[in-house]
Amino acid sequence: MSDQVMATQTWLEVSDDAASLVLRPLGDWVVSHAAVIDQILNHLETHGRRAATFDLSHLGKLDTAGAWLIYRTGRTFERAGAKVTISGATGPQATLLNAVAKGDRPVRVEPHPGNIFTNLIVRMGHALEEAGQTILSLVGFFGLVLETLGKTLVNPRRLRVTSTVYHMEQTGLNAVPIVSLITFLIGAVMAYQGGDQLKRFGAEVFTVNLVAAGFLREMGILLTAIMVAGRSGSAFTAQIGSMKLREEIDAMRTLGLDPMEVLVLPRVIALIIMVPILGFIAAMMGLIGGGLVVWLDMGMSPQMYIERLYSAADFWDGAVAFIKAPVFGLMIAMIGCYEGLKVEGSAESVGQRTTASVVESIFTVIVIDAVFSILFVNIGI
Amino acid sequence: MEREAIIEVRGLRNQFGSQVIHDQLDLDIYRGEVLGIVGGSGTGKSVLLRTILGLNKPAAGRIGLFGKARGDMTPAEERAVERRWGVLFQDGALFSSLTVAQNIQVALKEHLHLPQYLLDEIAAVKIALVGLPVEAGPKFPSELSGGMRKRAGLARALALDPEIVFLDEPTAGLDPIGAAAFDDLIKNLQETLGLTVFMVTHDLDSLYAICNRIAVLAEKRVLVTGTIEEMTRQDHPWIKEYFHGPRGRAAVAAKTRNAMT
Repeated sequence: MSDQVMATQTWLEVSDDAASLVLRPLGDWVVSHAAVIDQILNHLETHGRRAATFDLSHLGKLDTAGAWLIYRTGRTFERAGAKVTISGATGPQATLLNAVAKGDRPVRVEPHPGNIFTNLIVRMGHALEEAGQTILSLVGFFGLVLETLGKTLVNPRRLRVTSTVYHMEQTGLNAVPIVSLITFLIGAVMAYQGGDQLKRFGAEVFTVNLVAAGFLREMGILLTAIMVAGRSGSAFTAQIGSMKLREEIDAMRTLGLDPMEVLVLPRVIALIIMVPILGFIAAMMGLIGGGLVVWLDMGMSPQMYIERLYSAADFWDGAVAFIKAPVFGLMIAMIGCYEGLKVEGSAESVGQRTTASVVESIFTVIVIDAVFSILFVNIGI
Repeated sequence: MEREAIIEVRGLRNQFGSQVIHDQLDLDIYRGEVLGIVGGSGTGKSVLLRTILGLNKPAAGRIGLFGKARGDMTPAEERAVERRWGVLFQDGALFSSLTVAQNIQVALKEHLHLPQYLLDEIAAVKIALVGLPVEAGPKFPSELSGGMRKRAGLARALALDPEIVFLDEPTAGLDPIGAAAFDDLIKNLQETLGLTVFMVTHDLDSLYAICNRIAVLAEKRVLVTGTIEEMTRQDHPWIKEYFHGPRGRAAVAAKTRNAMT
């Protein structure tokens, strides 16, 4: 006896006489048995039947899946030209059979996928439009920040001092350990790798120039800005974004508080002040890291290292970083707050906006750094 | 007729830190009934629901599910019990990355090996059962209105044809018309599918329209259970306030009006 026949005997008794077919479901026709029952029903020969009867008198439990299978089989027989009757159904079973009949309509499970190439072009268009919009509204937001900053300068009592100091602690003081550690290590790596290359020309001593120029001008502040963007810019977006979700920003507006003044300005000021300080610490730690390698690897004493540093770097090498730093801070804080205020709808949006905030602020920092480099080269400092 | 208690809660104690939510709480849920849980804010209605579902571990007490205590069950038995109930959370709790039809199919796919066409047919039946239009199938939860999300959540709760469904404030956040329609839907499904319904609610209209029995949570336990008529005869001040307050009277008036027409 084949498995198919065995299964059929467990779930369905079929009595076949000439043109009429009597189907007697056995056992529980419930969703957990639906797969095997479905198999059996699919093997029924519908061709040439004039009548088919479902006799439910021996049926155990019936749920929607089982009722659907009975209904669907009946429908298949009807389409093949047979007259279908259902007998022996209890009251609840009959109700259930009527209820599932309403579900006899195909439902799409996924939205229409569309053409891949058209989708690609449409998505590119959307992305481009969105990027343009973001740049435009960022410029607008920049203006708004400057306006609020100006108003506060005229009337300093409006500045939220507590909030500003709190953010200075969060974004500045608390970032000191991680910024120090990372720049120290990068300084060491730079001296080590650079020294290795310079050794081939017998120009090991210039490792000091490499570290000095690199860290004072570029690496110190750039690494700081990138870390602040990842650490504080994202936090700004998440904080303001979740406030936006809970309608706290709207509540603020109805109470006559300006979110720009209460939320954005303290964060912007905190970063404008703290990024230069962090940048200075970063540059120092980089120099220390480089100095350590130069000392241990090349045997240049710390005194000698400091002396060479004086001759390798001039005033402008350090000053350049301090011109750039507040601008970086402003940009990171502004983008973080801007993306936070753009959160809407769901918690998912907070995640998307936070990602966008970090990507945009790092991108902006690097672009501005490039612009500054060109500018400084042209004016000769 | 002997009523079969499918869920038995005995001596339940729940506490968070030093704050005791439930103490010596007893409750039975009988097969085929619609049980409404009422109680003031902070009386732990949702905590009770979550404790029965096993989402919250009680400090003490026994919870019997379909004749077996939760503590005595093997993990396999617990999973088997979970297939016998469905839950509708307050805002539907639909998976946001899946469409409505896919949400309904999640449990079916996890527990059973059904061919895709049968999964799609079952999803279609459930969507029809809860009164959603065909077009709702391929939509994402974010594209649905609050009422439709609740219906979709109910369809997902019904995916495995459970014996009992737990509803957490099913009509909260719906407008009165939507709420009445949802009450009708629950009543209809309960009759069609022979469901047992455990419903946490604040909605007096729902209580009058569909509940066979009401359990009042107060003073850290189930204070009384009984039909709505029995509730209106209670002397406890909170219950009196609840059922005889202005809203309670309005719900009674609505019920009488409906009965007359």
